[in-house]
Amino acid sequence: MSIGDAGSEITRRAAEASNGAPAPSNHVGRAMRRKEDPRLITGKASYVDDINLTGQLWAAWVRSPEAHAKIVSIDTSAAKATQGVRAVYTHEDLDMEAGLPMAWAPPGVDVNTPDHWVLAKDAVKHVGDPVALVVGDDRYGVVDAAEAVMVEYDPLPVVTDPEKALEDGSPLVHEQFGTNKVCDWSLGGGDLEAGFAEADVIIERRVVNHRIAGGAIEPRGVLAEYRGDRLTVWSSTQVPHFLRLFLSILLGVTEERVRVIAPEVGGGFGSKLNIYAEEIGCAWASRKLGRPVKWIETRSEGLMVTHHGRDQIDYVKVGAKRDGTLTAWHSKIIADIGAYQLLLTPLIPPLSGFVMCGVYKTPAVVTDVTSVHTNKFPTDAIRGAGRPEATHMIEVVMDQLAHELGMDPLELRRKNFIPPFSAGHETPIGVVYDSGNYEAALAKLLEHIDPAQVRQEAEQLREQGIYRGIGFSTYTEICGNAPSRAVGPGGFGLQGGGWESATVRVHATGSVTLYTGTSPHGQGHETGFAQIVADRLGIDPSQVEVIHGDTHTGPFGLDTYGSRSLAVGGEAAALAAGKVAAKAKAIVAHQLEAAAEDIELRDGKFSVRGSPDKGLTLAEVAGAAYVTMDMPEGMEPGLDEQSFYDPENFVFPFGAHACVVDVDPETGKVKVVRWVAVDDCGPAINPMLIDGQVHGGIVHGIGQALYERVHYDDAGQLVTGTFVDYALATAAELPSFETDRTETPSPVNSLAVKGVGEAGTIAATPAVTNAVIDALRPLGVEFINMPLTPMRVWEAIQEAKGGVPA
Amino acid sequence: MSKTVPVTLNVNGVEHHLEVEPRLLLVHALRDNLGLTGTHVGCDTSNCGACTIHMDGRAVKSCTVLAVQADGVALTTIEGLASENELHPLQEAFWNDHGLQCGYCTPGMIMAAAGLLAENPNPTEDEVRHGLEGNLCRCTGYHNIVKAVLDAAKAKGAAVGAPASGQPGVTA
Repeated sequence: MSIGDAGSEITRRAAEASNGAPAPSNHVGRAMRRKEDPRLITGKASYVDDINLTGQLWAAWVRSPEAHAKIVSIDTSAAKATQGVRAVYTHEDLDMEAGLPMAWAPPGVDVNTPDHWVLAKDAVKHVGDPVALVVGDDRYGVVDAAEAVMVEYDPLPVVTDPEKALEDGSPLVHEQFGTNKVCDWSLGGGDLEAGFAEADVIIERRVVNHRIAGGAIEPRGVLAEYRGDRLTVWSSTQVPHFLRLFLSILLGVTEERVRVIAPEVGGGFGSKLNIYAEEIGCAWASRKLGRPVKWIETRSEGLMVTHHGRDQIDYVKVGAKRDGTLTAWHSKIIADIGAYQLLLTPLIPPLSGFVMCGVYKTPAVVTDVTSVHTNKFPTDAIRGAGRPEATHMIEVVMDQLAHELGMDPLELRRKNFIPPFSAGHETPIGVVYDSGNYEAALAKLLEHIDPAQVRQEAEQLREQGIYRGIGFSTYTEICGNAPSRAVGPGGFGLQGGGWESATVRVHATGSVTLYTGTSPHGQGHETGFAQIVADRLGIDPSQVEVIHGDTHTGPFGLDTYGSRSLAVGGEAAALAAGKVAAKAKAIVAHQLEAAAEDIELRDGKFSVRGSPDKGLTLAEVAGAAYVTMDMPEGMEPGLDEQSFYDPENFVFPFGAHACVVDVDPETGKVKVVRWVAVDDCGPAINPMLIDGQVHGGIVHGIGQALYERVHYDDAGQLVTGTFVDYALATAAELPSFETDRTETPSPVNSLAVKGVGEAGTIAATPAVTNAVIDALRPLGVEFINMPLTPMRVWEAIQEAKGGVPA
Repeated sequence: MSKTVPVTLNVNGVEHHLEVEPRLLLVHALRDNLGLTGTHVGCDTSNCGACTIHMDGRAVKSCTVLAVQADGVALTTIEGLASENELHPLQEAFWNDHGLQCGYCTPGMIMAAAGLLAENPNPTEDEVRHGLEGNLCRCTGYHNIVKAVLDAAKAKGAAVGAPASGQPGVTA
């Protein structure tokens, strides 16, 4: 067979492949079931712990039982003598010049950042701080050996309350700073003083947003193999590209020799957005021992040493006119960031400041953030990262203000809504929202639920001793991380922005591989991104394979967090596919002797406008581009294009949620009985995936509001160290959800989309809190902080009755 | 490693003769010794249910059972729920209804649901919710999981709860 024959054969096969019904070109917008699912529902997917290598060793960590102590001595002899143990390492063994990276701090302010070693040096600062690493042959054996490592500690005073940590004379987490304060940071706009002077009513509340966990059901895990002079690391991570970069720097292995693979990742919710000691330690040990090293986190380790989120005390002061017009909003945030700083730790509390205007036209808004060290594990980004905290204080305090003014809470919101806008709205703090129509979202919500009817039901139920309440939340948030011009050196002042990459590779027979720099862990990119690319190339999404999470395949990428994947990574995919389509049109124009601008994609063929019968499929174009070279003179062969997309602005999804709860005043137990959510993330790519994100997001918020709390006692001991004590909601506690959407296009990207991964979580906690307060007002309860556990609700009822709770 | 004992595990209709430590958890025997990695581990306290399999047709958390206790018992894992070329009605329903996102809890959730439907073929929504309260999911908020289980129960002619491969000892 000659080369020419091979070309015709490929062209013929491609023509055959496209001989069925012409591929529809409107996959975007359809609720297509996921391409990911067949492997997941049959047990064929490969998560980190499903991968084993020849000669693999196991790692276990010796962790501090003390919250704050000097390390007097470490005796590893018994552990080293244990059968099957290959090595026991302590800090002195590590030949690394630096430890865990903190890479993003609020710019322009001094930040006290301590060293954060892979294995503790001289002292431990929180329960779980690793002091030794045991490596051996057997999964169970290394745990036995870790228990045989004898560490003598000299306990130091502990501080776990961030407000006490700021007082003079407090125990210091890091002596060298002379203070537990990490930094002060402010963002504001408008004349706050004038705003309060103008107010008829001023209210103040202390809003607590307690510490929570990510709670991904797959624990973290890492398998590292240093072979020859190359390092390969499989990690359950959201950020394989960042991990490669930092492993390269910390271990001194140049980037092209480091490969990080995020295989199937079983959820993240921000908690796997980090560079962890276990990843660095296993990679280091693999090089030291010349064997692959695996570590799989236990859940009790996960709750202790996988980063937490939230943990703020918020002092909120709000001024308004008698008619409800907001005049000033001041929030002072005290953020308990724990003992060390992980990748983004000090940047997360300031993120609240970016959305403290909410959906309202408040003329003066100031947010002051003080971050504090305590003897706890560090906080970092957990689903929403700064925006749930902001939305919680805004929306809970809006309800408090409405009550103070004697206004309906929704009327107060409508009074202050920023009017609809489609191409930018600048808030007083300088953040420019992309598009919004808050009244429309609320109006749509009220098509599904009638508050008056709920209140009528509430009156009837009270006769049976059940207290029903309804709560609302109207939110916006900031996502699509991140436009360089807004956050980079010329803007906010971070080192750089958050572009994303995509490569669209058309194969010779017309199927397509999309390489994305994002790194999904359950969101459904393989389906949604395939729908986007398929539409731009006139093929079926089943012909588009989406590859992600492997630093040795596609271009450098910036991974997945902060609801960025679709609005940044999806747009990059669309742009790369657009480049392929443009080249395809040029090839088709050449073959059909037409002008490229007259070629359109219609019913799965590139054809001359007005002559749809005569045209070429993508497969036929690929045959020309790779084999027959029937292309314009001078055009490079191939059909393979790359795009790096740096957005012009963030995107700002929004919506309105309503929650109905029943409270049993005898036990304090709260049950969510109804939830209606209207979210606006622009036009849907796959509405089924949007609903899924919203459902899960809401439950993360309900979980925080009612059940979940990472709780340390005064001695710094983690009280909620297992899933027995850290209570994730189960199916039995929850209702089914009613979801709907409005679709306001974003002017920022060509897909007109916004992120939706965190929206439900951002909206949920204030809706629950407002509903519980609404339910309990007849009993005299006016305010209550999360978590709304039976104990806390019962105590609030007793206090309101004038009794003293036990 | 302490001394080992012999154990025979009958998994998805195939007998395996193993030498294991008496303390070896069944879930680790399935995953590490037999390579059946569809069964997952998500906690240390039997709360999450990611490790749910069937023992003699009943849904059981395999992290709470020692491998030696499973000697001679008919075990079914997610890999044995369906036949080679056909999905089990629950797998089909989870796919159709977007009953999974990251997929980590999914095998356990499907096995628990199969156990539930074997005992109660036509459950109400409330019965499904309470029947699955031993299985945690962080992604879906359970909405679509509950929908999928109800849809699978409704699916016409579905012999729900019975593995399509019909292992000995497994009853519907």
